[in-house]
Amino acid sequence: MTPAAAALPQLPKAPTGIDGLDEITNGGLPLGRPTLICGSAGCGKTLMSVEFLVRGALEFDEPGVLMAFEETADELAANVTSLGFDLKQLVADKKLRLDHVHVDRSEIEETGEYDLEGLFIRLGYAIDSIGAKRVVLDTIESLFSGFSNQAVLRSEIRRLFRWLKEKGVTTVITAERGDGSLTRQGLEEYVSDCVILLDNRVVNQITTRRLRIVKYRGSTHGTNEYPYLITENGISVLPVTSLKLEHDVSNEVVSTGVPGLDEMFTRRGLYRGSSVLITGTAGTAKTTLAAAFAAEACRRGERSLYFAFEESPQQLLRNMDSVGLHLRPFVEQGLLHIEASRPTLNGLEQHLVTIHKLIAQLQPRTVIIDPISNLVSVGSLTEVRGMLTRLIDYLKVQGITALFTALVSGGRTNQEMTEEGVSSLVDTWIHVRDLEGIGERNRGVSILKARGMAHSNQVREFLVTSEGIRLLDVVIGPGGIVTGASRHTQYMQEQAAGLAAQQEIERRERELERKRRVLEATIANLRTEFESVEEELRRSNQEEEQRQHELTQGRRQIAAGVGQRPGGATPGSESSNS
Amino acid sequence: MEAPEQPEAAGAEYELHLYIAGNTPSAAAAVRNLQDICERYLAGRVELRIIDLSAQPEAAGEEQIVASPTLVKKRPGLTRFLVGDLSDRRRVLALLGLTPDAHDPYLHD
Repeated sequence: MTPAAAALPQLPKAPTGIDGLDEITNGGLPLGRPTLICGSAGCGKTLMSVEFLVRGALEFDEPGVLMAFEETADELAANVTSLGFDLKQLVADKKLRLDHVHVDRSEIEETGEYDLEGLFIRLGYAIDSIGAKRVVLDTIESLFSGFSNQAVLRSEIRRLFRWLKEKGVTTVITAERGDGSLTRQGLEEYVSDCVILLDNRVVNQITTRRLRIVKYRGSTHGTNEYPYLITENGISVLPVTSLKLEHDVSNEVVSTGVPGLDEMFTRRGLYRGSSVLITGTAGTAKTTLAAAFAAEACRRGERSLYFAFEESPQQLLRNMDSVGLHLRPFVEQGLLHIEASRPTLNGLEQHLVTIHKLIAQLQPRTVIIDPISNLVSVGSLTEVRGMLTRLIDYLKVQGITALFTALVSGGRTNQEMTEEGVSSLVDTWIHVRDLEGIGERNRGVSILKARGMAHSNQVREFLVTSEGIRLLDVVIGPGGIVTGASRHTQYMQEQAAGLAAQQEIERRERELERKRRVLEATIANLRTEFESVEEELRRSNQEEEQRQHELTQGRRQIAAGVGQRPGGATPGSESSNS
Repeated sequence: MEAPEQPEAAGAEYELHLYIAGNTPSAAAAVRNLQDICERYLAGRVELRIIDLSAQPEAAGEEQIVASPTLVKKRPGLTRFLVGDLSDRRRVLALLGLTPDAHDPYLHD
């Protein structure tokens, strides 16, 4: 059963070529069947249907007929010129046929039985003349204002849709939104294949357009409300479902622009193409970190795009100059583009489109959005989250390294929670915070997560100096890592202890020296004493010798003087003889 | 019984174009009714054309025809589109600026 079911042909579809719409509809509108686009005034119904025709003619080689009940051909052509659609050229190329159906109640009188065969013939002729595959009826409900016989109109409209289906043309019918029903005249009863509802909602004075597929017979489709925009290039539907998680990744590592911060990552930086979130309370140098990142990218010669939602470019440049980040040369070289706007200037989707457009135009390698938390003032949290999801996804697919800053409220409970809940979407999350001690505030930076690489677990104190951001060395005190004045105290204590130790060593050295000198003096004394004793002894020895000698001499003289004995006796023998 | 004749520079006083779409009952009724009106009220004063859209489809767009049958009154006065098979004789006559003839058998009161 299953293989057979898989082999069943899918419902054939006519791609619209409209950004995002084909993704939500899984390929386009039902081929050869009517689709109803309904919505209130100013939703872009006509625009969407015209784009369907133009894209069909240009991209899919399917000529189209536009039967306009409200605007003349010239008006239509003029209205869509702003979107870059040249209807006149398409008409000249026989890819498009415009037919304005003028229905004016004041000129029409009913005098009996009638049908709308005239309209059928007209449409049939237009279709056949260019071999059209697509038809737009904008807005067929206008017929109800021209003719009073509702029964005839309804049966004729029903017949028209059946007839179009038989002709095999993919038809788009636009209709005005009615009270309590999708369309004023209940056209949804007749068009049962595909119904797309456009909505224009103003929340907190900001307009967001949304699209929803109410039904799509015979096909799966996205069921959510998708924001869409009318841009200079036509309609752009922004489906969250484009988050396919298929993007390529890079192993290249780029610096954060703060050497100390790089050191905190084992690979000394961030992966290229990853997304980084810097959260922190007010005044914790988030912007400075972001600017340092931008400056580093520019130093590598890469183009960067900086979206500032809080400061004007001039203010940002001046402020960064004060901390040694001279961005102005990069701006002048065209490496850095600062796009500043108020978050409330546009709806979220418009911001997203502006970002998309600038990225497409400038092809940056690095994008910074400072801060994303400001966007909450434009939309609800879920909307912001949805927008950021799409944005992060888009940047990743493009391989652009992205850095976002977010202000977190000072509440104690969720200090490390981003209200937008984007933390799960980013790869690296750096948190800067106030380390508030007794009478002082210090700034600390820590890495909460870094996908794909190990990182330091320390909260590193940093200073914003006139030479940029400087991470201070870790100082470990008795109670852990210390910062600020405690760091200073600790430092001084350590210095004092070091000094004392040094002095102790010096004292011991001196002691030793003294001892040596005493010892040497003693040795010298002893030697002197010895010398005097030696001299004494030597002298007495000499005197003794002298005396002995003189004695001997005397004896001899005596012996010689008393009587000279023959043979000469020795004094010894002589004395023993005597 | 009519207003004094206004001599037209070109053509007849009345110029009527009837657009029909093929050979349908309402087309036949419209042709019959129109011919009767012309004979009874506008003999010699009308330039009548009957256009079959199924043979000339391009004419529908040119003349802004939506419904069929449609009688387009080009002259005199403002252009008027008379939609339907013209069976409402009194209304058709009023729209064409003609006074109903008491002997007209198609006048239904």
